[in-house]
Amino acid sequence: MTASPGIRLGALSVTFGRAIRALDRVTLEVGEGETVGIVGESGSGKSTLCRTLVGLTRPTAGEVEVLGEPVTVALRRDPRGYRRRIQMLMQDAVATLSPRMTIGRLLAEAVAIHGLDRDETEERIRSFLGRLRLPPSILGRYPHEISGGQARRIGVIRALLLRPRVLVADEPTAGLDVSVQGELLNLLMEFQRELDLTFMIVSHNLHVIKRVTRRTLVMYLGQIVEDAPTRDLFARPAHPYATALISTNPLLAAEDGGGAIILRGEIPSNAALPPGCRFHTRCPVARPVCAETMPELEPTAAGGQVRCHFPGTLARPGTGAA
Amino acid sequence: MHAAAALAATLGRVVRHPGGAFGAGLVLLILLTAILAPGIAPHDPNRLDVVSAFAPPSGGHWLGTDQLGRDLLSRHIFGTRIAMAVALSVIAIALAAGMLLGVLSAYTSGPVERAILVAFDSISSFPSVILAMAAVAVLGSSMPMLIVVIATSLIPHYGRVARAQVLSARNEPYVEAEQVLGASGVRILLAHIVPNIIAPLIVIASLDIPVVIAIEASLSFLGLGLRPPLTSWGGLLQDGYQNLARSALPVMVSSGVLAVATLAFTMFGEALRHAIDPRSGRRA
Repeated sequence: MTASPGIRLGALSVTFGRAIRALDRVTLEVGEGETVGIVGESGSGKSTLCRTLVGLTRPTAGEVEVLGEPVTVALRRDPRGYRRRIQMLMQDAVATLSPRMTIGRLLAEAVAIHGLDRDETEERIRSFLGRLRLPPSILGRYPHEISGGQARRIGVIRALLLRPRVLVADEPTAGLDVSVQGELLNLLMEFQRELDLTFMIVSHNLHVIKRVTRRTLVMYLGQIVEDAPTRDLFARPAHPYATALISTNPLLAAEDGGGAIILRGEIPSNAALPPGCRFHTRCPVARPVCAETMPELEPTAAGGQVRCHFPGTLARPGTGAA
Repeated sequence: MHAAAALAATLGRVVRHPGGAFGAGLVLLILLTAILAPGIAPHDPNRLDVVSAFAPPSGGHWLGTDQLGRDLLSRHIFGTRIAMAVALSVIAIALAAGMLLGVLSAYTSGPVERAILVAFDSISSFPSVILAMAAVAVLGSSMPMLIVVIATSLIPHYGRVARAQVLSARNEPYVEAEQVLGASGVRILLAHIVPNIIAPLIVIASLDIPVVIAIEASLSFLGLGLRPPLTSWGGLLQDGYQNLARSALPVMVSSGVLAVATLAFTMFGEALRHAIDPRSGRRA
């Protein structure tokens, strides 16, 4: 981690319409070159966070800074320059490729938009194709003629052609075969190291997060509920929600033989947030105070942060750990 | 090139659709007739020969002659030219203006958007023929005038569809991806949105051609459209109608030509609609 932050969020809130609070005063600092994972259910605000970083969603309140400059200022001052600093891999890879352009033309757009050197870019595209094991003939294909895995890799090329310093990946492995997932993750990790990218990866898939990141954020209803080094989080989650999330993953849970904690009910609506701690309606260890006061993010002994009045109190059945 | 292949594939589907081959063949024939009119018309359409007025079909006049002895076949062949010139210019203007206004209404908000939508609603609250009659009565009739008036009455067709298409395309992931890549609004619109919304507009255009032919014929029949010496199918029908007591043949020829032409374009348009959007035609 270096001193200058790659990403800094200051009490960032995003509200849709009047009542839908997708993000609620999220404060976060990600060092330049750091790799951070975000996990959480649908509706926890993961995607909104990514979209805010690349300027697709406007913050309702609070600050978003990328590489030391507020996003709104950077987008006004030099929009294309900002695009060159931060790129995003979006969820539905095939749908993000404009359907009536060939892959070659879609890649060449970077040249046209950003005035990149044509010959050099062609050379780089060729080398990317080689490294990502895509046949050169793919350049003549249309998006509907290529597979989901290929579309992902094209998305990676399109993003990296701009030589960004920050890369945000929203569910980069969704809908891919496990073997293809692994290959893609390896490549992303390679590129992260080579280019010293500040890399933020969002996933439902805890294995992906565990494999790729050194630090993980757990989100619930628009808030960060736990922020911890990935290894610690998976070994000793402090927040009851994180504990439950990890316990329900058969492969991760099998490592220490603990049983699953099944949460009751659905994630509450962003439009009608519970008072007090957001999680108390489903928390197995909630006490009366949890329904009244919202806990703040507090530092933990392990060097992370947790938003819970009683961190570490939820024990997994069968492990005996507290 | 892929675009040419896609076009060929679409035409292939048009021809395979029931009635598509028939419609496409007739449309081709009509277009050729219009283009080659001076070459294929057996007589000068305006040459009078009063002695042989109301002549029945013969070797010299395949479809007979009118009240002034003019060759009906030649007159209808030249009428095709007028009908096509009017129909195609009307569609081109309505499509271009409709797309422009539709896209503009999708991209603006407030007074501009409201003004465009109110204009669409006002125009489409009148039947095209009535609107055109009113405009012609006030402004007088000439071919350019007629074209502009009919085109105006059709603009909302294209404008509304273009607007709806843009509104939905704008939230497509590929549009957001282009934004993240740094593409300008103009580039996104021209390179990504327009190519993806043009297909339904082309279909509407093909289905509107017979409508325009009918409107123009109606106006000319009512004497509010094209005047002699321009030989419009509607005008020919009017000539025949006035002399119906002496011969039914001119009316029959004119109505037949109109019927065949509108039928041909309708069948072609329907087949094109199915060919471009295969989902629209899943009937057993």
